[in-house]
Amino acid sequence: MTDAPKPFAITLDPGSSRANHTGSWRSERPVYVDRLPPCNAQCPAGENIQGWLYHAESGDYAAAWQVLMQDNPLPAVMGRVCYHSCEGACNRATLDEAVSIHAVERFLGDYALDHGLRPQVAAPPSGRRVLVVGAGPSGLSAAYHLTRLGHAVTIREAGPMAGGMMRFGIPRYRLPRDVLDAEIARILSLGVTLELNSKVADIEAAFAEGFDAIFTAVGAHLAKRTEIPAHAAGRILDAAGFLARVEMGEAPQLGRRVIVYGGGNTAMDVARTVKRLGADDAMVVYRRSRAQMPAHAFEADEAEDEGVMMHWLRTITAVDGAAVTVEKMVIDATGRPQPTGEFEVLKADTLILALGQDADTGFLARVPGVEVAPDGVVGVDARMMTGRPGLFAGGDMVPAERTVTVAVGHGKKAARHIDAWLRGGALDAPERHAPATFERLNTWYYDDAPRSLQAELALVRRQTGFDEVVQGLTEATALYEARRCLSCGNCFECDNCFGVCPDNAVIKLGPGNRFRIDYDYCKGCGLCAAECPCGAIEMVPEIG
Amino acid sequence: MTETQKVRFYQTGTHTVGNRLMEAESRTVQASPERSNAITSGHRACQGCGEALGARYALDAAMRATGGRMVAVNATGCLEVFTTPYPETSWQVAWLHSLFGNAPAVATGVAAALRVTGQHDVRVVAQGGDGGTTDIGFGCLSGLFERNDDVLYICYDNEAYMNTGVQRSSATPAFARTATTPATGPHPGNVAGTGKNLPRIAMAHEIPYVGTASVADLHDLEAKVTRAMAIGGARYIHIHVPCPLGWGAAAHDTIRLARLAVESGLFPLIEAEHGEVTAVKPIRRRVPVEDYLRPQKRFAHLFRPGHEDRATLAAIQATADANIRRYGLCPEGQE
Repeated sequence: MTDAPKPFAITLDPGSSRANHTGSWRSERPVYVDRLPPCNAQCPAGENIQGWLYHAESGDYAAAWQVLMQDNPLPAVMGRVCYHSCEGACNRATLDEAVSIHAVERFLGDYALDHGLRPQVAAPPSGRRVLVVGAGPSGLSAAYHLTRLGHAVTIREAGPMAGGMMRFGIPRYRLPRDVLDAEIARILSLGVTLELNSKVADIEAAFAEGFDAIFTAVGAHLAKRTEIPAHAAGRILDAAGFLARVEMGEAPQLGRRVIVYGGGNTAMDVARTVKRLGADDAMVVYRRSRAQMPAHAFEADEAEDEGVMMHWLRTITAVDGAAVTVEKMVIDATGRPQPTGEFEVLKADTLILALGQDADTGFLARVPGVEVAPDGVVGVDARMMTGRPGLFAGGDMVPAERTVTVAVGHGKKAARHIDAWLRGGALDAPERHAPATFERLNTWYYDDAPRSLQAELALVRRQTGFDEVVQGLTEATALYEARRCLSCGNCFECDNCFGVCPDNAVIKLGPGNRFRIDYDYCKGCGLCAAECPCGAIEMVPEIG
Repeated sequence: MTETQKVRFYQTGTHTVGNRLMEAESRTVQASPERSNAITSGHRACQGCGEALGARYALDAAMRATGGRMVAVNATGCLEVFTTPYPETSWQVAWLHSLFGNAPAVATGVAAALRVTGQHDVRVVAQGGDGGTTDIGFGCLSGLFERNDDVLYICYDNEAYMNTGVQRSSATPAFARTATTPATGPHPGNVAGTGKNLPRIAMAHEIPYVGTASVADLHDLEAKVTRAMAIGGARYIHIHVPCPLGWGAAAHDTIRLARLAVESGLFPLIEAEHGEVTAVKPIRRRVPVEDYLRPQKRFAHLFRPGHEDRATLAAIQATADANIRRYGLCPEGQE
């Protein structure tokens, strides 16, 4: 080129405009960020939901499941029984409908069971021993996470089977026992020792056995009672005891008409179980209205579908044989139920009280430093540790919402703090990312896509047996549902930034490696940030 | 047939530039690290320049369609000035500039020269801004059309003479403020005449292909360029490219404004062959013209606090509504 004679009037060789570093024009620079999606922020078990959906979207269910298992050892259970508050937080709900996260989780959980997938355990043995008291969701979760962190774990369970409230509280039409058994067996197969029928009564003695830390998660089993004048005592049972007996194959005789007293999820479970056991009338009596019931609306809906009769705004004032006297209530201005002085008589052969449970934590009252509230709830600090160093607690026995998901989350959180405590330090929790709000999304780029529905068992089979009511998604539907995720706040490599930059100042680093800004040429126009669908680019002022 | 895919839904549809879930060949040219980058980095276009973006989109697509066997002829204008301050060039395609008004004629000459030298596989693309196309080069362009010369002419329409200081062109929309149509007096802004719709003028020449495109819809733009490069004769594509400087808009709003122009009905996306409309791109989420006008300072006089010019806004809305009716842009009757 340089040897060729130059055309007339040309004195300079042509050069590329790349010599001109337009980055010097910039007053703001785009920066890639990861923000916390609302589902992840909401999840009581601390799942990286957006993270596992990302893998599920490409059909790599094994990778998705591994990400899921980093936080939750019971995905097939959780996909069925979790009340999925993540979906209430889902940004997609503002666009059309929330992603059916629980249904995809269940699909992944079942996929892993079908394919015999195993979680990755990497940590070398620590030489430390940890005792877990109680084989419910919290204890199992703690045992799993402690094992993954390299500790030797023994679980002592007072009952004859592992699972806690997942087995003795949640009926099998919501959680089939083969699923529960398989997920528990997988945890145990990592090397966890399970001792059944083995009640721990003396914590200090357990420490003396050589355990370096103890995590207690004994749940809440003591039924709350209420004062009901019973002239000629009718048949009165408590919900937790009733469900446990059904589970053990020892269902009590109920008669034709059964009243369940309470408005929580347990009341709905009991009423639906009663119906399945063959009662003609299963009635729920609750002192407030449907709007105030603690049960989730879908549970009440499903109960009503199956023929459970609801008596809202009623309190039971007397039981005389089969005659149950109820008083009508009204909700006052402050939202409290007030008696009206009007009475009705309902006929019932059995009354089942579903008024909640207290924690049976008397065995901890003698442990110095441990705070036990009158209702049995045990005080813990931010590390889930009680006042006794090395003694941790979680699940239904500590102050929190009582769900399987919260319990699993407690187990994980406690395990991480126990690990840090055993290693003589504090848990170095990574800083939480800023929230990925709906306003930061550019929803133009997302297609409208309605949520997939899960099929339900035919009603007649729901009223007569304990087969699972809600069906799982097929692979194609699960894949579709996973792809509805907006990936809020986290780059999913859509190439928008790479495409919309007028200055070719975005460098594509290839699959899995995302992008890099070439600040030599980026003029700071902000188009990449504005057109990023998921809000994963931020404009930051240049300093100076 | 290729094997069918069971799930056709990709969280972002086909709206994003790329998508890791799609086959590589279904993604856009712009999603590929191998794209030509017809205009490389270091050019002097303003922050957020719609024309720099539109020209790269169009020429990269044309380069892929022709396997790189292509010559680009450029009219004078922003695009020429910001890419080629002597002795630098941003062009990574064979590129030629002559005068403001003669790009169509030069392109005709290049095509003829290629033909007589036997280089039948090399295609010609001519390009200019709205000034070089709808005003100054209009006569040459009409000649190119009526002779049906084998040239794709692309107009990047930013609706005024931006390079020289935002003077009105015949593509400037009614009521817009420019340096030569100030927002003063009883009829502020550009005259509300009959307008000059060049895609429709091109259609009146009954040339083989006419298309309109927007930097807000990359997939549609690339498909139209690719389609145009697959046929011979005179072809015309009119691309709407917002100008942050001339429109008084934020640099990061370039694509958003282009999108709002389409979604309001003010800039219909259509295709026509031999004078007949063959396809229109339906509006996905219809918006009132106000959404498009309000963020632009060139229309600020319509939105003076307490003195909103409802009559003018209604007139602009009527224009959009007429477009929607004319081309059937809202098929489900979502008025």
